[in-house]
Amino acid sequence: MTIWRLVFSEILHRRMNFALGVLSVMVASASFIGSVTLLNIHDIRTNQILQDKQDELADRMVELTDVTRKAMLKLGFNVVILPKDQNLADWYADDYASKYMSEDYVHRLADSGIVTVRHFLPSLQQKIEWPEQKRKVILVGTRGEVPNLHKNPVKPMVQPVPPGTISLGHELHRSMNIKVGDKVTLMERQFTVHACHEERGNKDDITAWIYLAEAQELLDKKGLINAILALECLCTTDALPIIRKEIAAILPGTQVIERGSRALVRAEARNKVEQEARVAIEKEKLGRQNLRTVRERLASILTPVIVMACAVWIVLLGFTNVRARREEIGVLRTLGVSAKGILVMFLSRHVMVGVLGGALGFCAGVLAAVYFGAALEDTRIGITDMDLSLAGLLVLSVGGAAVLAVIAGWIPTLTAIRQDPAEVLREE
Amino acid sequence: MLEFKNISMWFDGPKGKVTALDEVSFSISPGEFLAVRGPSGCGKTTLLLAAGGLLRPSAGQVSLDGQDPYVLSSEMRSRMRASMIGFVFQQFHLIPYLTVRQNIMAPSLALPTKEAVQRTQELVSNFGLDDRAGHVPAQLSTGQRQRTALARALLNKPKIILADEPTGNLDEDNADIVFDYLGNYVSDGGCVLLVTHDIRAAAHATKTLQMSQGRII
Ligand SMILES: Nc1ncnc2c1ncn2[C@@H]1O[C@H](COP(=O)(O)OP(=O)(O)OP(=O)(O)O)[C@@H](O)[C@H]1O
Ligand SMILES: [Mg+2]
Repeated sequence: MTIWRLVFSEILHRRMNFALGVLSVMVASASFIGSVTLLNIHDIRTNQILQDKQDELADRMVELTDVTRKAMLKLGFNVVILPKDQNLADWYADDYASKYMSEDYVHRLADSGIVTVRHFLPSLQQKIEWPEQKRKVILVGTRGEVPNLHKNPVKPMVQPVPPGTISLGHELHRSMNIKVGDKVTLMERQFTVHACHEERGNKDDITAWIYLAEAQELLDKKGLINAILALECLCTTDALPIIRKEIAAILPGTQVIERGSRALVRAEARNKVEQEARVAIEKEKLGRQNLRTVRERLASILTPVIVMACAVWIVLLGFTNVRARREEIGVLRTLGVSAKGILVMFLSRHVMVGVLGGALGFCAGVLAAVYFGAALEDTRIGITDMDLSLAGLLVLSVGGAAVLAVIAGWIPTLTAIRQDPAEVLREE
Repeated sequence: MLEFKNISMWFDGPKGKVTALDEVSFSISPGEFLAVRGPSGCGKTTLLLAAGGLLRPSAGQVSLDGQDPYVLSSEMRSRMRASMIGFVFQQFHLIPYLTVRQNIMAPSLALPTKEAVQRTQELVSNFGLDDRAGHVPAQLSTGQRQRTALARALLNKPKIILADEPTGNLDEDNADIVFDYLGNYVSDGGCVLLVTHDIRAAAHATKTLQMSQGRII
């Protein structure tokens, strides 16, 4: 005969009292575990919603960036680096520089690691009289882009003109009735036509492109260029001051101007879209946060009320049990069981009520939260999606419930051990 | 074995002081069967509880095996009861959810011994309860209940049995069985303090005292 044998037999004998005790602990624990789980489901759902929005925005930005990039490419290079002493009024009037700088500048720029501009194209331009054709043209010497050593290679915007060839603007090849592969003579030198460009509606239509070194020879400007064209990156809206500062540091003998405001407008529009989307995401975040606060407050009021009600219920069940066992307590004391023995008997019963109720409450709480969470959030979040430690929660539930049951059972247990056996034995 | 020296017991009732025991003195030695007889309300149960270390007398001294139980701590008094005293009551006071065997073994909760299981089996057989050992008290006759209670009192081989009207609820045959068992226990060297108003008890007792209004007369 052990105290455990006695405790188990008693529980079986008064199953109803025990089951009601377990049930009330279960309700208390389920309400606590359920609200913790529900809040976790809320957080997971919030992250899902925000992530979806962010992904959507990222997709949209890729699309818009692409559109802007294409617009910029169509406009061509929008940063022009000119010799410092170039008079800008002349440059705007003639569209080419009358001052020169070393061709070496473009290498210095490409090697510098600069990221705010890319696609460096050295060029030597001059308006000349095409002697053989007796007409004014813009002659451009170029040799293709100089790759930026510090960045992943990008597809060049313009195809280089190979030595011994010439590319012609629309107006030129149309009026001369020339096609690719024909031979033309320019300043007593023969060139094979490499490309005939489509109409662009600007000075490109009366421009002829040849290999840079050949242009330098023809124009008697060995090792010199008068402009470096580059493309502004899309990293910021108002990049020009930064670009100016950076280039001034690398190439002190130059000045920088920007063309193509249409592309800028697009870039700005793109930035605006991004900003608005971010504001919307922030708003959503705030909305979810407010909802969480409401839910948290509800849980923080409801849970203690339920737990308190259950504790009171456990106290009442405890008193009922002690009252029903008056005779038994008296007899056991008479047989020599000490007050401590009676205490162990009653408290171990409360611990069992707590452990069983806590474990059942944990299961009920988690399952109910998943069920109601699905209804509240309009999406199913499984038990495996939760970033809660379920084992930790189980331990918390069982431990907390055992403590609750023992504390609530303490007062009735005290009355049990205070009971005077003589009084019971005298009762007929 | 048990000695009462000028034991008085009074309670504060609604109409002033109620005297349940008035200067009671007597003693029992091993091999003695003392029957205390008296009408209802004369103080028999009070006397028995005081002897069992369950009710502290208002005055006088109790000595159990040379020791006053009321100078001991409650814990020590419990231990003393478990090892020295067996109780039998008119109401049997069996634990309702334990079987006959478990009820007989219940004193081992307070004083676990190695031979408890074997001793229980002996008692079950001696008291003719073999075919009832797995039943709970509600399934027993009153005679079987009292035999179970008596067997329980004997589990830890007590030095004294305190019995309060043990035959009060029994028919003659069952009452005789109980008296026989108590008689056997006394002839084996135990001692019994029996309080009752049953006249037949005198036939089994080695000594009889008469009580009236809290006094031995
Ligand atoms: N706790 C108490 N408070 C007040 N009076 C008490 C208390 N216990 C006993 N008494 C009184 O003490 C007296 C003796 O009671 P006791 O129970 O010892 O009588 P008894 O001889 O056992 O009677 P019965 O044969 O009916 O069992 C009674 O008058 C009773 O009313
Ligand atoms: Mg009585």
